[in-house]
Amino acid sequence: MSKVVKLKKGFDINLAGKAPQELAEFSTPETYAIKPTDFLGIQRPKVAVNVGDQVKAGTTLLFDKAMDQVKYASPVSGEVIDVKRGERRKLLEIVIKSDGKNTQEKFDSVDLDSIDRDALASALAESGVWPNIVQRPFGIVANPADTPKAIFISGFDSHPLAPDFGFALQGQSEAMQAGINALAKLTSGKVHLGVDGSKGTPDVFSGLKNVEINKFSGPHPAGNVGVQIHHIDPINKGEIVWTVSPSGVAQIGRFIIGGVYDASKTIAITGSELTKTAYVKTITGASVTSFVKGNLNSGHVRVISGNVLTGEKINMEGFLGFYHNQITVIPEGDYYEFLGWAKPTTKKLSYHRALGLLSFLTPKKEFVLDTNGRGEERAFVQTGVFESVTPMDILPVYLLKAIMAEDFDEMEELGIYEVVEEDLALCEFVDVSKHPVQKLVREGLDLIQYS
Amino acid sequence: MKFLRDLMDKQKPLFEKGGKLEQFYYAFEAGETFLFSPNHTTGIKGAQVKDAIDLKRMMITVVVAMIPCLLFGIYNTGHQHMLAVGETAGLWENFGDKLWVGLQLVLPIVIVAYAAGGAVEGAFAVIRKHPINEGFLVTGMLIPLVVPATTPLWQVALATVFAVVIAKEVFGGTGMNILNVAMTARAFLYFAYPAQLSGDQVWTYLGEKAAVDGFSGATALAVAYNAGVDSVPVTEALANHNTALGSDMFSFMNMFIGWIPGSIGETSTLMALLGALILIGTGVASWKIIVSGFAGAYLMGLVMNLFAANEFMAMPPQYHWVMGGIAFGIVFMATDPVSAAQTEVGKWIYGLLIGMLTVIIRVTNPAYPEGIMLAVLFMNVFAPLIDYYVVKANKTRRLQRATV
Repeated sequence: MSKVVKLKKGFDINLAGKAPQELAEFSTPETYAIKPTDFLGIQRPKVAVNVGDQVKAGTTLLFDKAMDQVKYASPVSGEVIDVKRGERRKLLEIVIKSDGKNTQEKFDSVDLDSIDRDALASALAESGVWPNIVQRPFGIVANPADTPKAIFISGFDSHPLAPDFGFALQGQSEAMQAGINALAKLTSGKVHLGVDGSKGTPDVFSGLKNVEINKFSGPHPAGNVGVQIHHIDPINKGEIVWTVSPSGVAQIGRFIIGGVYDASKTIAITGSELTKTAYVKTITGASVTSFVKGNLNSGHVRVISGNVLTGEKINMEGFLGFYHNQITVIPEGDYYEFLGWAKPTTKKLSYHRALGLLSFLTPKKEFVLDTNGRGEERAFVQTGVFESVTPMDILPVYLLKAIMAEDFDEMEELGIYEVVEEDLALCEFVDVSKHPVQKLVREGLDLIQYS
Repeated sequence: MKFLRDLMDKQKPLFEKGGKLEQFYYAFEAGETFLFSPNHTTGIKGAQVKDAIDLKRMMITVVVAMIPCLLFGIYNTGHQHMLAVGETAGLWENFGDKLWVGLQLVLPIVIVAYAAGGAVEGAFAVIRKHPINEGFLVTGMLIPLVVPATTPLWQVALATVFAVVIAKEVFGGTGMNILNVAMTARAFLYFAYPAQLSGDQVWTYLGEKAAVDGFSGATALAVAYNAGVDSVPVTEALANHNTALGSDMFSFMNMFIGWIPGSIGETSTLMALLGALILIGTGVASWKIIVSGFAGAYLMGLVMNLFAANEFMAMPPQYHWVMGGIAFGIVFMATDPVSAAQTEVGKWIYGLLIGMLTVIIRVTNPAYPEGIMLAVLFMNVFAPLIDYYVVKANKTRRLQRATV
């Protein structure tokens, strides 16, 4: 039975710089990278190529020695030009210069009707599409040896300026169906797809079979898969659930249909500092230079892979993250502001209505937000705010305090298995005391996972 | 403002690591961040944008919400003085003189509270190396409003220092304290110097002048309590009180507006409600605590009516709302987010119990005519217990889900 869930708690951050629903042409990026730091849970990354090697799309670049059946593949064909390492030789990026031909590795074709579950899992793992499957708890790359109790796909992204998958995945319904059929074989339970209940279900989703469609309406984070899991089939201690983004499902589907690693996706180029915002067809890991350079309307900007709540700061030559479907460009906020804490303001967005914060008067206004930290970190003082933006039966402040205290039992009892960073990202935004909420959540998850 | 910024930038190296005045970094930082919001930007990962609110703005909102009480308190201090010495009859007569008397009495108390609190806060910040907490902006304003205008300044200073150190800093500063800091200051004064904080003589400033014949400086609560002892209906006793001053001082309306003797900021229920409007409108204080606090007092008043063992118990419950400091206490003290219950369900229980306890203490305990102070402190101590059970219920729901 599909459900309709109406959520009330949350907050939509209404930003300027939305992408209109049209595909734009930018010059094709030359370099692509895969960033091991995107994949949580990699413990001992091993680079499988050397600088100078020629690779095809789908050639293994990297694997985790702790889970070596899962391969991380090159998104394009070309030459490996750099293996970037950071402090203590931490692997940061493997950069490929595209040869523009997009030659693809050919994998054995998969017949979903006859293949058994384990063979399917290893075929997906070998091909490089597997990292699209993320395990909850912990938000790490799933282990092919596990059988999850259910698989969840959120069909809409409610983050600020997020792409509309109905548009981005146009024409992918066949691939979506194939991907869902494959996923259905991997779980002992159901495959759930959450769609936006406040508008019509997009064509690409409406005809899907073999999947349970649930509707969610309400402000962000209604589109977060973690919130959807909580309301459909919550994760208890010891249980495993997998999540896949819609573009990941489509990629898995394209592998099933064609036997190739096809990392193309349509992403949204957004943000107030761009002259032209649009959707663009590109490939996972693309350098963002060609989308951003010459497309800025101001000089001092921050380029973000992903959205402003959960994304990652990259520079102008940086690369699109594996799990990201948008880039956002906003102004940097490294300025002092005279009496900034007291001035009345209609320009800065706030969830709160404390003295002088007037943004609540203009709920429809699109705001230009910069990266200023807006004050300093303090102890928790205000109460009830985190709860009011978290549409789950979870007490975020108590959970965060348990993490700070490294109290394992308390973390478990308060529901740490049900959250990853993005689920509490709004708390980080609205926090009066400016805690690094998402960092704390990850610390807590790491504590539980590696102990 | 560029010259100020330049000045800051020039001085900054002195206070930073390796600078001559390194140990005073947090004192400098407090001044700097007061003048200029810092230029920090968000990190590489995580939220790239932040909400415009910060703790300074939140605290200043509370201070602004108290301003109606403060202004009213200043004028009322002068008004009560003039009434008592027989120099005025009308409310708005001698407006300037009353304001002047009030200012002379109240402003020094405010200044002393801020200075003493600020000094302690600053000293702790420098010694313990933590940023100066904005919480003291509120505390420094709350303390003057809950003491009588006649309180000696050294007592104000001592109480402030005691409260900031014992109720807050020993726990680690704002956000870590268990008791409401300003209420602790008042309780300290109440128990250490009862002569200056209780009885009939302290609420009205007389100065060098003599009071008019038949003047009584008793508060409405004291009158009501004595009515209970003497078996006179409370409303009658209130109506007959202080007729020498030629005004119906303790009429319900007059008490609601607040033209009565009492601590500086607590007399006016109307002004407290105005503050509540600001606090609730801005979302800074929990409306649940405020509503349940008033409801608790009314309910308990009704329960007392049922027993009505004496006339005080038989008093119409709405009188509890306008007498004493209950309105001020519920609006500004009980809602302190740090010392109140922190769960949403807990807030209902916490507020309700504060209201009920206040009335119980008022009516049944001869030693403490005013109950709100002890009720708030008592519930501050019990708030974590309330939260404990609310959190436990959350855990149990999660656990039951797993076993079903």
